[in-house]
Amino acid sequence: MALLEIENLVVEFQTASGPFRAVNGVSMKVHEGEVLAIVGESGSGKSVSMLAAMGLLPWTAKVTADKLAFNGRDLLGMSANERRKIIGKDISMIFQEPVASLNPCFTVGFQIEEVLRIHLGLDKAGRRKRAIELFEAVGIPDPAERLGHYPHQMSGGQCQRVMIAIAIACNPKLLIADEPTTALDVTIQKQILDLLMKLQAEHNMGLIMITHNMGVVAETADRVVVQYKGRKMEEADVLTLFENPKSNYTRALLAALPDNATGDRLPTISELFVDEGAVQ
Amino acid sequence: MSVILEARNLVRDYHIPGGLIKKAKTVHALKGVSFSVEEGKTLAIVGESGCGKSTLGRILTLIDPATAGDLLIEGKKIDISKGDMTPEMRRKVQIVFQNPYGSLNPRQKIGDILMEPLVINTDTPADERRDRAIAMLKKVGLTDLHFNRYPHMFSGGQRQRIAIARALMLNPKLLVLDEPVSALDLSVQAQVLNLLADLQDELKLTYVFISHDLSVVRYIADDVMVMYFGEAVEYGSRDEVFADPKHSYTKTLFAATPRADVESIKARLAKKKQAA
Amino acid sequence: MSQAAATSTVSTDPSRRARLAEFWYYFSENRGAVIGLVFFVFLVLLAVFAPWVAPHDPVAQYRDAVLVPPVWQEGGRAGFLLGTDAVGRDMLSRLIYGTRFSLFVGVIVTTLSLVGGIALGVIAGYFRGWVDTVIMRVMDIILAFPSLLLALVLVAVLGPGLVNAMIAIALVFQPHFVRLTRAAVMSEKTRDYVVAAKVAGAGHGRLMFKTILPNCMAPLIVQATLSFSSAILDAAALGFLGMGAQPPTPEWGTMLAEAREFISSHWWVVTLPGIAILITVLAINLMGDGLRDALDPKLKRS
Repeated sequence: MALLEIENLVVEFQTASGPFRAVNGVSMKVHEGEVLAIVGESGSGKSVSMLAAMGLLPWTAKVTADKLAFNGRDLLGMSANERRKIIGKDISMIFQEPVASLNPCFTVGFQIEEVLRIHLGLDKAGRRKRAIELFEAVGIPDPAERLGHYPHQMSGGQCQRVMIAIAIACNPKLLIADEPTTALDVTIQKQILDLLMKLQAEHNMGLIMITHNMGVVAETADRVVVQYKGRKMEEADVLTLFENPKSNYTRALLAALPDNATGDRLPTISELFVDEGAVQ
Repeated sequence: MSVILEARNLVRDYHIPGGLIKKAKTVHALKGVSFSVEEGKTLAIVGESGCGKSTLGRILTLIDPATAGDLLIEGKKIDISKGDMTPEMRRKVQIVFQNPYGSLNPRQKIGDILMEPLVINTDTPADERRDRAIAMLKKVGLTDLHFNRYPHMFSGGQRQRIAIARALMLNPKLLVLDEPVSALDLSVQAQVLNLLADLQDELKLTYVFISHDLSVVRYIADDVMVMYFGEAVEYGSRDEVFADPKHSYTKTLFAATPRADVESIKARLAKKKQAA
Repeated sequence: MSQAAATSTVSTDPSRRARLAEFWYYFSENRGAVIGLVFFVFLVLLAVFAPWVAPHDPVAQYRDAVLVPPVWQEGGRAGFLLGTDAVGRDMLSRLIYGTRFSLFVGVIVTTLSLVGGIALGVIAGYFRGWVDTVIMRVMDIILAFPSLLLALVLVAVLGPGLVNAMIAIALVFQPHFVRLTRAAVMSEKTRDYVVAAKVAGAGHGRLMFKTILPNCMAPLIVQATLSFSSAILDAAALGFLGMGAQPPTPEWGTMLAEAREFISSHWWVVTLPGIAILITVLAINLMGDGLRDALDPKLKRS
């Protein structure tokens, strides 16, 4: 059975210029122990669809789906309370800006122990022990001392490690990583990706990697969903996608990579792929 | 070929004044960087955050003065800490910023943004200013319809085109491009890189291209300088640097860059299968 | 190329009308703001057309009709809809003429403190250093006094009267505008577009007032509407204390002061100017809230 199952998801926002459809009929499945990458450019609705699944969108968003289920349980019909029990425990999420996603007023130790207290109900000593374990697992040196630090005392890479530690604190079945390395330097990106892959393999987690970077997709994913303007353009396993992309959009996206440049000019997406709307 | 830009041993220190408890300290953002760029060439400056590449960019664009060292533009020594800048000097170097959402004044129309450098530095009559701004808009792939619009009506790629157009209004020799494509989507990135290449050919522009993205650098640069904690640890032609990196940091940087080719995916999947 | 049609997710209509339409969308979502606006427009019209609307001359004393109650009460007369005061002046006419003074006070005080505050704030925020320190410490000193008390002292020094009261209130309001402007300028100053203008060769004056200032206006406009109502309130308070407009000017605060002794016997003489002040201030504040919602992009959804 699939871990997360989404069928025909539609998300609409009310704006000054009428309703705006950010996600338009997207379906996907994630299985246990699988790394699914969702690739797309800005405005492709890749983050919105996951936020919708988590129930984290503002009230202006209208979410409808034929099916939105986690582990066989319907997420849409669930009460907010029940949903909260799953989110943060069985599904957790990390975000693009690690420094901004930690609360600057509290120590990182307090923030990780809060999660442990709410979802696992551990006592004080147990929380601390588990927090140290988690910091070790994500490769933060000197964990016992680091627990007392504030987010601004740590680098971006360290903060992202803390976020990951918080995210895996309750042994989630599914981890959603929304552009986890976009704000980081290349060498740090490598470390964080390696860490995520290691943790994913160890815990046999489902991992959804939302990214715009084809390199990150190539280095992490098992299966890839390509999204464009709120629609799913293609779904394939990673090798097939890079070797033999079916959709014109994917082909254009790959051709626009500077790595693949042949000759003087980069082929642009608008030259290779004509959409009813404009591309930019 | 003539050398447009030469830097000799540029140093930049930031003094952080002390308070009651903290001692005053000095941060060395640049520790003696030297290089030169020939006309019509592109020098890429590569490095991660905090390596001093943006500080260098600000010195080259004559926004901040260097603490020590010489900066020569077309063989003429320029020191902005002494005396005022003449419009002549201003005209030679312009900059394009990373974030196209912050670099255009949200309350100015595109036309006014483009004409502003002319208004400040020249006494071109209003009609001619307008004509030149519209010509420049067309050159960067926009139309005269965009002349009276505000920046928020444009997408990121279009804004970056406008920022490039503004930088070119004074016909500079040298353009400092501070991560001009890293905030853009892949498809738009390709368009902007193509535009930059076309403009370089057409206007004989010299670029200093600051970036952290090695794949972009490999595509656009003639020479590459790798910076690490305020020092240039590697400097050479693109092919030299990419084929045979000398410094260990450069090697780390190359190894960390994700690869999107089929072979490395196959290798990774094979490794994964083995582990399972 | 595909740029022409490419601005699909952002508004494509470049005209001012489209921006106005967007502004109105966010403004009109706040029902209180619309009510406030409607009432404010009504007040403005009333002030402009006072001589035609008011049934009587506001200072004419009808000796045969002293302290006549409003028309719906026993003894009321159709000629004096809201009754008359202690010397037989028509309350309705005085209230209508009073809007003129209130709006006048609001406009002048806001303009004075806005202009002064912007100038000082921009200079402080742009140059920083000792200029900033001097300006801000002076503002801190002004802020250290209870505002009404300071205004009272100033009026006592300058001499009572509506004009002096306005000057005093404008001075008291100054620090709020200075601080707001300074904060906004400081945050805008580091933005890339300012650096870009600097690279283009813009001088200090141009950077301060042409590049940076227009981007700081939204919070200032909101603050201006809010101090518009506070100005009316303070002017009324000064009037009540006998330091503002002098009798027989039909200013609401002064009217209140004159009617103090009738507070228990003839309610309308006191209550009606009070209500006028209350709803005017309330309407303007509601409008200010709506303006903030519409102008602050951080509060905008989507």
